[in-house]
Amino acid sequence: MRGTHPILLENGRVIDPARGVDQVSSLLLRDGVCRLAVDYARLPAEVERIDLSGKWVMPGLIDMHVHLREPGEEYKETIVSGAQAAAAGGFTAVACMPNTKPVLDSEAGIALVVDRAREALVRVYPVGAISKASQGEQLAEFGEMRRAGAVAVSDDGRPVVSSQMMRRALEYAGNFDLPVISHCEELSLSQHGAMNEGELSTRLGLGGIPNAAESVMVYRDLALAALTGHRLHLAHISARESVALIRWAKAQGWPVTAETAPHYFTLTEEAVGRYDTRAKMNPPLRLQADVDAVIEGLKDGTIDAIASDHAPHSELEKEVEFDRAANGIIGLETSLPLALRLVRDGAIDPARLVELMSANPARILGVPGGTLAEGGPADVTVIDPEREFVYGITDVASKGRNSPFLDWRFTGQAVLVIVGGRVVLRR
Amino acid sequence: MQGEYRFAHRHIISIDDLSVSDINHILQTADSLKEISTRAIKKVPTLRGKTIVNLFFEPSTRTRLSFEIAAKRMSADTYSISATTSSAVKGESLIDTARNLQAMGPDAIIIRHASSGAPNLLKNHVQASIINAGDGTHQHPSQALLDLMTVKERKGRLEGLKVAIVGDITHSRVAHSDIIGFTKMGARVHVCGPNTMLPPGLEAMGAVRHRRVASAVRDADVVMALRIQKERQRDPLIPSLREYATIFGINREVAALARPDALIMHPGPINRGVEMSPEVADGGQSVILEQVTNGVAIRMALLYLVLGGSD
Repeated sequence: MRGTHPILLENGRVIDPARGVDQVSSLLLRDGVCRLAVDYARLPAEVERIDLSGKWVMPGLIDMHVHLREPGEEYKETIVSGAQAAAAGGFTAVACMPNTKPVLDSEAGIALVVDRAREALVRVYPVGAISKASQGEQLAEFGEMRRAGAVAVSDDGRPVVSSQMMRRALEYAGNFDLPVISHCEELSLSQHGAMNEGELSTRLGLGGIPNAAESVMVYRDLALAALTGHRLHLAHISARESVALIRWAKAQGWPVTAETAPHYFTLTEEAVGRYDTRAKMNPPLRLQADVDAVIEGLKDGTIDAIASDHAPHSELEKEVEFDRAANGIIGLETSLPLALRLVRDGAIDPARLVELMSANPARILGVPGGTLAEGGPADVTVIDPEREFVYGITDVASKGRNSPFLDWRFTGQAVLVIVGGRVVLRR
Repeated sequence: MQGEYRFAHRHIISIDDLSVSDINHILQTADSLKEISTRAIKKVPTLRGKTIVNLFFEPSTRTRLSFEIAAKRMSADTYSISATTSSAVKGESLIDTARNLQAMGPDAIIIRHASSGAPNLLKNHVQASIINAGDGTHQHPSQALLDLMTVKERKGRLEGLKVAIVGDITHSRVAHSDIIGFTKMGARVHVCGPNTMLPPGLEAMGAVRHRRVASAVRDADVVMALRIQKERQRDPLIPSLREYATIFGINREVAALARPDALIMHPGPINRGVEMSPEVADGGQSVILEQVTNGVAIRMALLYLVLGGSD
């Protein structure tokens, strides 16, 4: 990387579960890679020494599920603005979903993202579509998309309706070692819904989306992963039944991984309040029992990753009637602070947080990073676990403002983010 | 209501927002205003100089006319906008419509909209009082109030009554408002319909759920049938209207299970021969047209109370 100087990270608590490390030590970043054995006698003259006493030094965080809206909806977000939000939130890399306009279903589409990503602060890995235009009818060209830089395939935003299509996608993805990321939704159960189905949806007069709309499809896809033997990754798990099914499938040895989003372990449907569209997302916010099950899944390894499902929208999509409002919230800047709440609550320890937000996403997507290894990429996230801040609307780095966490007070934030040896965030 | 009570609402959006005292006060006010509609000159100057806009995004004959008559009987200036003539069809957002209306300075906006929560959204963008004339499958508070008024007039009380509501509860904003309103006033609401038309959470709202019409209606003081809203059903909820009429329709035999002095009600418009047979709808126990009459009085009361008209 151009314009980088050597950096010595001193006195921080280095947490790197992939190497089994959790200790105060130093780390030299030089020429874009990590050097573990620091020879103080031979430090380069131009080295910048940064004292990180009291801070946590982690492999760069990877958000494996974001929507950057480029190409086609640049008024909501661009690759560059989304990457700024990612850096602000402590991420060194993101994987962006292909439901842009047009859908990223070809080598050209993937190449465009890779090209735009050169200007971005963090690494941006494109996910290609499973089917052409994500219509679920014809497979997209996985091989060429892989060659152009796609790290996974997904029709995220909508399910692959046909079971046969999903089976073929899993089989064909196996040729290229691409994980298939599934958006689990049985549309016939969910299509008229705007929020979780239950007493509150009845009171608000909003169509309900039952847990079964997710769990029915989770089971279908698990069965297809077992049938094909190919890697399946389940996106944004929200329902307690889904967690139980995944736990069971893993016990059978089926090749599945899963992610959840911070809102599913933080909020319940109560956040909808009086038709607050900032609490409208798909899958919807559910009940405390679901929140508890998701947290249990994060603890016991059933759920492998925390991903924000960052979904920026403008007021055009959100300042409207609830049933007409778009689904989704921005999440890149609140994902880590919300995960750190789990650490403070004692639900997970810092090493587990690194697994969920760095090591496992890197492993699932097969991308560099996820560990601070000798000679590995100098992608580092430094957290001040005691730093207090309020996420105010003027602080938002994303172009989107659609967050239910605006004005929340948090403890714990990224204070230094380094990508390829280059500092992209310092606070 | 003596002593300290003061009606403090500027908007009428959900029956949930109203206390028992509020509801009693509205019913008493409506009762005293009802007489105006029987005079030779049906007009009082109470709301003279007030501007009231009827903003209807859904077709409506009865409710819209009822609000309009209510406003005119109190000398307010009223204007009606329907979705077919409004800018909604040109793609203007609800908030833009609201801001444009606000710029013309109305005192109250009466809104009907297909989206649940639309009045809440409107309220945040205008200074005018908002009265919900039906939003999606959420609420229809003036209908519940006129139902309460009608029952109280006939029965002298609401407390302790058994109210049976039969039909498509899921898609009925009237049912949602009635369940909350009657329960709040001490009546017990029993609901029945095909299970495909009964949403979750009814028990938590205070209703008792029945699988069979007979058990819902037995010994009831009030029997209300809901319109089977064909236009609202986006997925098949019943096999046929014919079977619905046979099994869930309120006919003479079913009505006979209720108390002999039970009131027969319907929020209208009726699909005769589907949810209610003609001889029941037109029978001696039917108060369906009284509901309509009381609707004007209730809407006069609501406009009077939210606009703070002076006597």
